[in-house]
Formats: sequence, C-alpha cells, structure tokens
Amino acid sequence: MDYIGEHLLPGRIGHLLIIISFVASLVATFAYYKSFRSEELEDQRDWKKLARLAFWIDAVSVAGIFIILYFLIANHRYEYLYVYKNSGNDLEPKYILSSLWSASEGSFLLWTVWHAALGIVLMFTSKKWEAPVMMVLSFAQASLATMMLGIYFFKTKIGSNPFALFRNEMSDLPVFKFADYTSRITDGNGLNQLLQNYWMVIHPPVLFIGFASTIVPFSFAIAGLWTKNYGGWTKPAMPWALFSAAILGIGVMMGAAWAYESLSFGGYWAWDPVENASMVPWLVLVGGIHTALIYNHTGRSLRATHLFFILSFILILYSTFLTRSGILGDTSVHSFADLGMNFQLLMFILVFLVPALWLYFSRYKQIPHISKEESTSSREFWMFIGSLVLFFAAVVIILKTSVPVVNKVFGTNIAPPKEVEYSYNNILIWVAIIIGLLTAVTQYLKYKETSSKFFLKKIIIPIIISTVVSALILAFGNINYDNYGPVYLAAIWAAIASSVFAVIANASYLWLGIKGKLKLSGPSVAHLGFGLMLLGILISSSKKETLSFNTSGIFVNFGENSDEKPGENLTLVKGERMNMGKYWVTYETDSAHPKKSQWYYKLKFENKNTKEQFTLTPNAFINYKGNEGLMANPDAKHYWDHDIFAYITSLPDPEKNKDTSSFVNKNVKKGDSIFYSKGYIILEELNSTDSVPREIFGDDGKLFEARLNVYSKTGSVYTSIPKLALAKGVFISVPDTITAESLVLQMNSVEGTTVNLGVKESGAVLKYLTLKAYKFPFINLLWLGTLLMATGFTISMVRRIRMNKGKSET
Amino acid sequence: MKKTHIILLVLIVAAIAVLISFLQVSTTYDTIEMAKSKPGKFVHIVGKLDRGKPVEYDAVKNPNYLRFSLVDSLGGSVKVVYNNAKPDNLEHSERLVLKGAIKDDYFECKEILMKCPSKYTDDPNRIQQSINNNTN
Repeated sequence: MDYIGEHLLPGRIGHLLIIISFVASLVATFAYYKSFRSEELEDQRDWKKLARLAFWIDAVSVAGIFIILYFLIANHRYEYLYVYKNSGNDLEPKYILSSLWSASEGSFLLWTVWHAALGIVLMFTSKKWEAPVMMVLSFAQASLATMMLGIYFFKTKIGSNPFALFRNEMSDLPVFKFADYTSRITDGNGLNQLLQNYWMVIHPPVLFIGFASTIVPFSFAIAGLWTKNYGGWTKPAMPWALFSAAILGIGVMMGAAWAYESLSFGGYWAWDPVENASMVPWLVLVGGIHTALIYNHTGRSLRATHLFFILSFILILYSTFLTRSGILGDTSVHSFADLGMNFQLLMFILVFLVPALWLYFSRYKQIPHISKEESTSSREFWMFIGSLVLFFAAVVIILKTSVPVVNKVFGTNIAPPKEVEYSYNNILIWVAIIIGLLTAVTQYLKYKETSSKFFLKKIIIPIIISTVVSALILAFGNINYDNYGPVYLAAIWAAIASSVFAVIANASYLWLGIKGKLKLSGPSVAHLGFGLMLLGILISSSKKETLSFNTSGIFVNFGENSDEKPGENLTLVKGERMNMGKYWVTYETDSAHPKKSQWYYKLKFENKNTKEQFTLTPNAFINYKGNEGLMANPDAKHYWDHDIFAYITSLPDPEKNKDTSSFVNKNVKKGDSIFYSKGYIILEELNSTDSVPREIFGDDGKLFEARLNVYSKTGSVYTSIPKLALAKGVFISVPDTITAESLVLQMNSVEGTTVNLGVKESGAVLKYLTLKAYKFPFINLLWLGTLLMATGFTISMVRRIRMNKGKSET
Repeated sequence: MKKTHIILLVLIVAAIAVLISFLQVSTTYDTIEMAKSKPGKFVHIVGKLDRGKPVEYDAVKNPNYLRFSLVDSLGGSVKVVYNNAKPDNLEHSERLVLKGAIKDDYFECKEILMKCPSKYTDDPNRIQQSINNNTN
C-alpha cells in the first residue's frame, strides 16, 4: 500500500548514519591498531590519519542521529515507533530532550554521543597514547552502534533502531489499513510521568558523561598493557580519572536528588539495584585514583591500578546489562523493559571483559612492582588500605545487587531481606567509620615514612576540635535511632564522629598542610566534601521523621490491629483544618494543569509553636494517557537545616465519585427559608450591580450576589455566596459549595426580588486527599558535600593537566 | 607475610562473612500455600488481585487500612491486610509482589510492589484503543 503523509526521509538518513557510524568506528579501530603496531614511522602516521578521519565521520554521524531524532520528536512524527512510544503533544519543549533519552535506544545514543565528544578531545591531547587509547574507544563506539542497528543477522535481531517505523513494528494494527494513517495517529503515548521532571532533563546527560568517561582510564590501562609501557599511562590518565569521578559522582547524586524530589520513595537512596549499579563503578574508580597516585609517588600499586580502572568500566557495562535486560523486574522500580537484546548486552560485557582480563593476567608478572614492604607510617600504606576497603564495599554491594542474576542462572528463589535498606546500611556503616578515619588522617602522613612527632604535632589540633564537635552533636543532637538495637546506634555514633573528624581534619589541612594554596587544595576539598556527604547521610537518615502520623483521633480505627502504631498516612478533607503533629494542615484548593491531566493541591501548613505559615503544592497525574491511577509528585519546603516534604498517596476515585444527585429548584425571596436534610437555609440578602464591563456583559449586563446562611442541625452556621451573571441576555451561574454539609447552592435566575435557587445534596461534594509528609533534617549537608567533592576533583584535575603539560614541554 | 596481605585476607573474610549473613537474612519467593505453611515467617509472595472479591479501602474512615484478596497461579488464595494507603492503581495491576507474613488467617503485608501493564506492552488492542481515543 502507498501510505500518504509519512516523512520517511529523516528516518532513512538516520538509519544510514547509524550504519555509517558502525562501519566508520570499525575502520577507526582497525586503523588505530595498525598505527601503533606499525614499525615504520610513516606507516604509523598514515594509519593514524585514516583513523582520525574515520573517527570524525563516526562523531559527525552520531551527532546527526541525535539531531534527527530530536527533530522527529519535536515535530511529533508518530509514524516512528520510538516517537510514538516516548512522546506526546502535551510535552513542554524541555521534555523533548527527556523523551529522546527516556528509553533504551535513546540512552545508548546519548552514551555514544558523549564517547564521540570525549574521543575528539583525546585525539588532540593524548599525543603518543592516542592510537592505542582511541583504538579501545573506537571499538566501544562500534559496539554501541550495534545497539541501534536494528538489522537481522541470521534471523537474530541486532540492536533496536530508534528510527523503526510504527507500521513495520506493529503491522497488525487496524489503523495501518488506512493509507492516511498518519492523520489518524494524532497524539503519542506520552512521556512516562515519572520522567516529566526537570531532573530528568539534566540528570541523564550528566550521568552518561560519567558512564562514557570511565572508558578513558580503562583505555589507558589497556593501552599500557598492550604496548607494554606499563607505568607511563597513569599520569596522562589521571586528569581523566578525576574528571570521571567528579562527573559520575555528580550524575549519581543528581539521580538521588531526583529520587528525593519526585519518586515519592520517601528518600534519596533506597539501595535500589539501579542506584547501586551506578554507584559501584564510582567506588572502584575512586579506589583506582588513589592507587594511581600511590604509583606516581612511590612506584607501588601499579597492578591494583590496572585492575581497578579495568573493573570500573566493566562494572559500567554490567550495570547496563542489569538495567536493560529486564532481569531486575521484581526487585527494581525503575529499570528498562526487556528489549530481547539480552544476548547482545551480555556480549557487550564479554568483548571487553575477556580480552581485558586476558591481557591483565598474561602480563601480570611483567607489571613492575616493589617487593619491599611499605612502612605503616607511610601515606601510601593507608591510602592503599582505603582503596581496598572501597573496593570490597563495591564487591559486596554488587554481589547483593546481583541476586536476581543468581536466581536466573541457578534457578534459586532468593528474595531480598525483610529490611532491604538496613541490610545494606548495617554493612556500610562500618565502611563509613573506617573510610571516615582514613580520609581524616592520611593526608597528614608523608609518602614513604612519617615521623610520629611530626604527625602528632599536626593532627592534634583537628583531633581536639573534632572531639569537641562530635561530643556536642551526640550530646545535643538527639541521635537516638535505636530501631535496630544498641550496636547499630553505637555504630551510627562512631560513624558520625568519624565523619566529623574527616571534615575537620581536611578543613584544617587547608591551613596546616598546604597553607591555603588553592592549586594544591583539590584533595582536601574533595575529602572535606566526602566527609560532609557522609555526615549528611548519617544525620538525615537517622533523624528522618514521619509527620503525617494519623493522630487526629477522628478516623483511626484500631479495632482490628490494636497493636499497630498509627499509620503513616493522613486524610485531609477539603477546607477542614487537620491536626498533624507539630502542624495544622488545611487542604485549601486544587487546580488543573492547562494541558495535561495533572492536578495541583494547595495545602496550608501552620506551625503550632512558631505560628509560621507556608503552602505546599504537591501535584499528581491522574489517569494520564491511559495509565490508570495516580502518579504523585511531592512538594517540599526547604529550610537551611531541614526539609518538609509532602506527597499525595490516595485520592477519591473520580469514577465512583461521579455526582448523580440533581438540583432541587425553588423560588425564594429575601428572608425565606428552604429546608434540606440536615438543616435549613435562609436567604439573607440579594445584591445586584450594573457596573459591569460592557464588552463582556453586553448592554444590560448584571451581576447578582446572594448571601445565604446555612443553619445545620449540629448547630454550625455557614455563609454561602453563590453568584449569577446576566451577560448578553444569558444567565451564567457560579455555584457555591459547603463541603462540610455536602451542599451545593446555585442561583438559576432572578426576577425582581425573587431568586430561583437550586439546592443539591451530594455525597460527591466531600473532597479529600490522603497525604504523607516527612521531615528530612540536614539533607543540605549531603548536597553541599557532593558539590565540594566535585569541586575538589576539578581542582586536582586542573593541576594534573598543568603538570602534564609542563612535563611534555621541557 | 606482608601487612597488606594480612589486611587483604581480613577483608576477604569480612566480605564472605557479610555475604553469608546476607544469605541468612534473605528471604524467599513463595507460593501462597507455602507461605501459609510457615505462619509468621517473612516471605515474598507473587500473585494477582482477586477481582471477584471486594477491595476494602475508605480513606476517610482510615487511610491506613486496606484489605483485598490475592490469588496465585497455583490456585492459592489469601486475604491480605496492608496498614498503609492503597496504592492507587492496585485495581489495574497485572501482578503483585507482596512482602510480609501470614498472621492468623490473613497475610499481613508490609510492602506492595505492583507490576502494571505498561501502556504499550506490545498489546495491539490497547494501542489501537488509545489511537481511537486520541482521534475522537
């Protein structure tokens, strides 16, 4: 059939570019390989020229793919399945980008675009390391291109093409019987509501530069092994590793911020497999940075450095597998659906893992090392211990995260423990204690040997200050989280003391150690930030409070479960002030988003003690685009030392709540009364005014306002003011509602002093919502710490780049 | 033996100990019948909402009390009590993973993981329907 109205050209160009990028990156891989394997200088140069050209073609192609896909989404070309599935007409422009990378194909695309950008920088900066490093990177580009190929190879589908046509992928749909089907598919499926959040505009690109950049230290390590230039690569690789640690760290924490602000999990970190999988490579990478530093200063730990940089990239590939294979289905809330590409994803790991490990172990004996033991008073000894601890923490986390894989492979049925978060926290709190201490003291040690006199003289001041500060926090901070017994509480105290020590020791080191020299301050600032992160995590998690405990006493029914603590949800009836712990809360009004089925609820909070008032406006998607049900977005009030956080957990079912009762109309005059089931209503006053704008109301426009008093049997009196406009000869009524009495009053018409008044009693008038509210203290320490840590990494990176330049010039 | 080797060994032992202790606190995925045979034990059960039985939830009366029935593919059936707010799309869920333990004659649920039919799960009818809705 000849279809009309399709725009096939962009998709064809896009798919062609995918194939070009695949071929070009293979050519680049081969040419770079030939370049560093050639004996003749001239051959080397020629091969390198070809390789660079091929890589540029790849880079331009992937940029082209990105632009075309953006263009298709922005123009709502629903003939493309990817566009149909992941976007809709209602999206704000910023979410076009979120749509682009919201599904698997698009996020591979994002990844490959960053690789291309990093590759171009490497081409200009890595000098003699260019050929072997870029060979690895080009090969990764080829592997990523296969993920988007979408072609069949011996009946096996390779990759998933983002430009696949809707009618080809689902040809059975009746809509494709029409030649003009494009005019029938007028709206897309919409972007997942969870992703309609500003963090989703910025978190994925940052996280994916982090993912993409881990390949650079990996490539340097492989290049060192392959060319047998074992130690030479650590210095040029160092700025890259620092860059990667900074950006991956920020990317992961942005994910945490997103979870905190939008996922309604009640926190920023839930030890979800997806979160773990992105944190673990970072831990290993940071271990690698420390061992590489040790090597640069003392010639030790080169073997560990190789291993750590190799593993951090392999772990990125493994996390790709975990999140995209659908294997986490039962354990994770946010993983991609199975695309039927599991074999390919597994191969993606193996093509890097097997050669890398083979190279590593076959050359292991040749990697230089120093057999004499390091002194326990040396900086390198304790740095190495710290790296090992980080590495083992990473191993434990990733093994626990891999339980679904174990179940799949061995057919077991191991499920997560009862208290998932505690099962992680209980281990990592000990890691936090050790790492906090090491972070604090290690900079005060010198490489090779430290005299105890020197060390003690310097460290004594930070020790005294931190002892005092920790003692104050523990004495007056009310850290009494004893849900898991005294040992765990003691561990929390120890970890708080340890992280306070880390913060103070590193802040002091800025003066005591490096005398405030900015360019040397990288490590101290990064460690200071890390210490603050630890402190923020410890305090905010152990002091988190539920505010919405159902303590009002009106609705609680403990009959059946009298041993239960009050539930964590509180129901608010519209217009009624409810008692919520320290606060009075009132559900005041609600309003709808102009384009989407998204509702905003205005909740007024009044602090009982300070009389402070503020409004939170949590919102919720209701039955968005065929996704039945509610998707809540929290709102928060931020203070410097804590956040108040509220989201909607339940709303009345709009279907069940449809209004079936109708108005009973009566003519009344001033002073007349009308009875209803729970009392009576008196018309107190009827006012009218002629001074209304003529352009809207016409020549004899009028506005009536009736004041009615409602006397309820319970003794309450309410005032209701329905309005009626006479505009261009037509009556327009504005009814008024008395929620507590389930009463709606409306004026239908006015003649002289007689009002035709409609009275409706309805169960549906009762508007309510169920709310959950938390208080998170000191969460800002975590965000501040993250920023400081990234700043520290950046300062170090700049210094390392300068040092490398200085060396190559002389 | 070098000091780093000793520390390495200590860490390996610690890691193994941690993983063994994890296996001990880890739970299992069970059928409803199996869960009933070990009351009080914390398990994960997988099943579907029994649509023939009522879902009891009244947010105005008590927003922290939900009761419904779960059936699994082996024909097991159990009443479930969840002392929390009703997950809003419970009625539309395809599959439920419940964490909790059998208590008396019902399953006391601590957490509900819902697997909802994703909006385009390659079900042509749903897609066609949403296309029709959009054109109307």
